Amino acid sequence: MIGITASERPSIPKAPTGIHGLDDITGGGLPRGRPTLVCGSAGCGKTLMAMEFLVRGATDYDEPGVFFAFEETADDLAANVRSLGFDLEDLAARDKLVVEHIRVERSEIEEAGEFDLEGLFIRLGLAIDTVGAKRVVLDTLETLFGGFDNEAVLRSELRRLFRWLKDRGVTAVITAERGDGTLTRQGLEEYVSDCVILLDHRMFDQVSTRRLRIVKYRGTMHGTNEYPFLIDNDGFSVLPLTSLRLDHEASNERVSTGIERLDAMLGGGVYRGTSVLLSGTAGTGKSSVAAYMAAAACERGERCLYYSFEESPSQVLRNMRSIGLDLAPWLENGLLTFVSTRPTFHGLEMHLATMYKHIRDLDPRLVVVDPISNFVSVGTANEAHAMLLRLVDFLKSRQTTAVFVSLISGAAATEATEQNISSLIDTWVLLRDIELGGERNRGLHVLKSRGTAHSNQVREFVLSSRGIELRDVYVGPEGVLTGSMRLAQEAKEREAAENRRLAIARKRREIDRKRRALEAQIAALRAEAEIEESELELLLGAEEAVERRLQSDRVGMARSRRADAEEEETA
Amino acid sequence: MNSEHEASAGDPDVWQLRLYVAGQTPKSLQALANLQRICEEHLHGRYTIEVIDLHKHPRLAKQDEIVAIPTLVRKLPDPIRRVIGDLSNVQKALVGLQLVPAHTP
Repeated sequence: MIGITASERPSIPKAPTGIHGLDDITGGGLPRGRPTLVCGSAGCGKTLMAMEFLVRGATDYDEPGVFFAFEETADDLAANVRSLGFDLEDLAARDKLVVEHIRVERSEIEEAGEFDLEGLFIRLGLAIDTVGAKRVVLDTLETLFGGFDNEAVLRSELRRLFRWLKDRGVTAVITAERGDGTLTRQGLEEYVSDCVILLDHRMFDQVSTRRLRIVKYRGTMHGTNEYPFLIDNDGFSVLPLTSLRLDHEASNERVSTGIERLDAMLGGGVYRGTSVLLSGTAGTGKSSVAAYMAAAACERGERCLYYSFEESPSQVLRNMRSIGLDLAPWLENGLLTFVSTRPTFHGLEMHLATMYKHIRDLDPRLVVVDPISNFVSVGTANEAHAMLLRLVDFLKSRQTTAVFVSLISGAAATEATEQNISSLIDTWVLLRDIELGGERNRGLHVLKSRGTAHSNQVREFVLSSRGIELRDVYVGPEGVLTGSMRLAQEAKEREAAENRRLAIARKRREIDRKRRALEAQIAALRAEAEIEESELELLLGAEEAVERRLQSDRVGMARSRRADAEEEETA
Repeated sequence: MNSEHEASAGDPDVWQLRLYVAGQTPKSLQALANLQRICEEHLHGRYTIEVIDLHKHPRLAKQDEIVAIPTLVRKLPDPIRRVIGDLSNVQKALVGLQLVPAHTP
């Protein structure tokens, strides 16, 4: 970051190195017209860096160069860098580059009196004039100290040489072996004070990592950190975190995980080009979910790159077949590519470099890294974090969906990853063991998913020969129940429901019966009432008859009494 | 670049010596004077000296792998020997040219 801001302000003129990442750190390159010291222990890539500086200068910036090699012959050098795609013979033929071997053989030289290194100056001057060189590399100047006895002369001549290089206005790179406690064995930093770059090749737990640091850079701001760098088929590349910007496009497209209910939990899948973390303890089915996602990508006709750091491809195929997922067709038609290596096989930088290369070559839409946990065993946690950060950013910039599998150690399903990469992750699916009632079952939940209204529920995650199934867990007063406890609980619930159903039916029958009894009672009462009514009618009828009889009796009696008047009255 | 002395080239007994200098510096003049004295003393009549000024012929510096100035190269007899410096240290110069055994005090 420092380097980037520095380049915006006017600072000393710089010569771009063309080396990937280095110009970002230095804010534009090495100091133009001045010597730069590159020091480091044997085999750390000094020569290569210097050579790339020249080759890039000659090819990309039209600045011819001169390479003075004190250790290797021109033919050896040409052969060594051919694997990086540098054709020195071609450049020499086009008058872009001069590679000259300066042979200083101690056994052939006898010193008899005062001397100077004018011969070297003449040769250098001639070489510079031959191609009109703007860049000069002296690799490794310190070899001279082995060739001559008179150190006082050498030192004064070196001082003269650096002044001379400055006067010629060439941008020079001088390499030097790292000394014990000093930057260079012969104290060359004393002469070259404008820019000093230190390369380091250190072993950590038997794995090598390469680092670059700008020790000083006079007259400009520069990145001060140690930056990992790589040497691969494409040459030298420094990987500064700061040269990665957060400006990637965000896609609105959702891609399916291949597991229907997981898609539902995530509101339709994960966004394309985001990073997905599947974390969980051992045996929670992380790889299976990852394989499903890979298969889903292949089904959509997208290329998928699968890094398997623990299993061989055939092992993955067999294991996935056991859960009803056949990856073989995708492998055959080339949509799915497996890369299986042990993480400890390379250093982290090398891993990152080979991954970059694979990704650039294959251009996959989905990359699975299973697992990332092993990277910690290669470097330190910090290095692994930095590496994953770069990988995530690289994939995002390519709109490639990333799936990382992370093993969490420890019995408790912690919501932390050993790599502390949760901040890099867009969607985090946590798989965990739920131990209950003497068995372990798998639970799955979405810990986070940026930009998604995801489900907050735990699902039981069942792996069977039919594949992955997500089931609702039973959440009751006794907590979350899974597996056979869930089945038992479900049975219990079914039984209870059955009982309730039976009780209702019984009640219904009882009510029915009661109603019928009531109706019978009503009928009986009604019958009784009817009987009483009819009795009343009978009585009334009888009463009437009696009345009629009495009447007729009275008439008969009156007639017999001949009471005419009363007869009229009563009639 | 000449300065031939008395003997003809091609004779196996004749020493072919080349002195590389860069301009007429005191060191180079000193070296040539010292060389001539040594030769007269040890190789009388059996040597040729060729003085090459690299400022005039810079390309020869690469050809003969010259780094230090002055450099004296014994082209013949084989093997090629190199002595650098102004040859003021005669003993070392003699050792370098193998005119005396190295272990002689």
